[in-house]
Amino acid sequence: MTIEPPPPVITLEQIYKSYGDNAVLRGVDLTVRQGEAVFLIGPSGGGKSTLLRCINFLERPEAGTLTFLGETLCSQNRTNFSIAPEKQLRRARSRMPMVFQQFNLFSHRTVLENVMEGPVTVKKMPKNAGVGLAREALDRVHMLQKQDHYPDQLSGGQKQRVAIARALAMEPPVILFDEPTSALDPELVSGVQTIISDLSNQGLTLLVVTHDPAFVQSTAHKVCFCDDGHILESGTVSDIYTNPRTQRVQKFILSSGSRMT
Amino acid sequence: MSVFWSELQEYFPFLLKGAEVTLQLSIISMALGMILGFLAAVGRLSGRKIIRWPLEAYVEIWRDTPLIVQLLLIYFSLPELGIVLSAFWAGVLGLTLNLSAYLSEVYRAAILAVDQGQKAAAVSLGMSPLQVYRRLIIPQAFVACLPTQGGYFIALLKDCSLVSFISVNELLRHATIIISNTFDSMNTYLMVAIIYFLMSFTSARCVSYLERKLTPSRNRKPKIKPTISEMPQGGSII
Ligand SMILES: Nc1ncnc2c1ncn2[C@@H]1O[C@H](COP(=O)(O)OP(=O)(O)O)[C@@H](O)[C@H]1O
Ligand SMILES: [Mg+2]
Repeated sequence: MTIEPPPPVITLEQIYKSYGDNAVLRGVDLTVRQGEAVFLIGPSGGGKSTLLRCINFLERPEAGTLTFLGETLCSQNRTNFSIAPEKQLRRARSRMPMVFQQFNLFSHRTVLENVMEGPVTVKKMPKNAGVGLAREALDRVHMLQKQDHYPDQLSGGQKQRVAIARALAMEPPVILFDEPTSALDPELVSGVQTIISDLSNQGLTLLVVTHDPAFVQSTAHKVCFCDDGHILESGTVSDIYTNPRTQRVQKFILSSGSRMT
Repeated sequence: MSVFWSELQEYFPFLLKGAEVTLQLSIISMALGMILGFLAAVGRLSGRKIIRWPLEAYVEIWRDTPLIVQLLLIYFSLPELGIVLSAFWAGVLGLTLNLSAYLSEVYRAAILAVDQGQKAAAVSLGMSPLQVYRRLIIPQAFVACLPTQGGYFIALLKDCSLVSFISVNELLRHATIIISNTFDSMNTYLMVAIIYFLMSFTSARCVSYLERKLTPSRNRKPKIKPTISEMPQGGSII
């Protein structure tokens, strides 16, 4: 008897993207299933950020097929590549919000206004309901007490928690994280990581880029090693960190001092 | 000095009437120039050549010829084209078109300076380009270029004196009328200077007040007041 795997949330097949003659993504295959915490690791410049930005179409892929919750957002057959209309892409984006390394909070709005922005502007929720939802999201990241502050009055860790609340307020099926703790002072890292782990434990689907091996090992259900525009290897934490198959991954794991013993 | 006081009492009200026209000219031209300048800026950023190219030519033409020549040309050539405008509205037209060219440059730079990361965040929430403009770019860019816009308004107040050349009865022209009666250039021009100073000074104070009021961290006073060039992207004070 086999257990049915959970249904896929995001499926990528042979996604390509280049900037000029710099071919950044050269045929990426990736599946993120419901409830999974999928972590992308790999050296800088390997295309991890570009991959995330192609998934929510901040950048337009140039070839390949991308399916999100059963909707085909771009598709490739033998001769033709087509991308869904902008309106459909926007709707999809609102269901896979992104958390950035540099937080990117709206500097002219308070914490509460930052978190309300998505529900009220994008989802056209009435303001009262938006406030309620935003306060709930802020409470989940322990930032409710700062709701009337402006972003420049917060520490990096607090800003990132607000950014996570801004994503949560969209009530999304999945959240994309691009190095959420790389810009934080060391003592603020674990607070943010704990929040992300908790979200995963509560069943939220996550796709996370990080350079922190301890974070991957504590939270990932699946690890993908990305370099040269490919996913070179993917598997469980122990597949990647204890028994890497390729030399490329072995070297990376050793050099980042994160081999599990 | 006693001559000054008696002349002040006699002619000041007449000068103030002129100043009122100067203010009307400035405020109407500023408002229209801001709208036109914004549209020109957005058009130039839109990326389509058929829109961008004519707008760039428009901006260059207005910036590369003297305002006084523009005013005279509009005032004297419009009737030839069968368009009859009063001197006042011809003045408004000239000032508006001229100002919009300069403001479109200011707005374009301010729009481009809005933090890319915040734009990406807005888009990644699912906002449409129009929503990104309305909710993020316009509020931030407007505040970021408030001091520059204030500077242009004050320059405009003073440039209004050029409109006296096309016989608009504004402050400077009223002064000329007084002088043709009293032959007292010095005292009259002194009064004119004082009135201009008061109008400009008050405007500058109003702009500073607005700027302080609209800057994001209302609850905390920044120790060093940032100038526009030092302002971090997105206008936040870090
Ligand atoms: N907007 C862009 N324009 C041109 N080149 C880019 C752009 N973004 C990324 N790149 C290039 O794509 C490659 C992959 O970058 P990135 O996806 O940021 O890698 P990673 O996130 O893994 O460090 C790099 O060579 C980078 O220079
Ligand atoms: Mg990156």
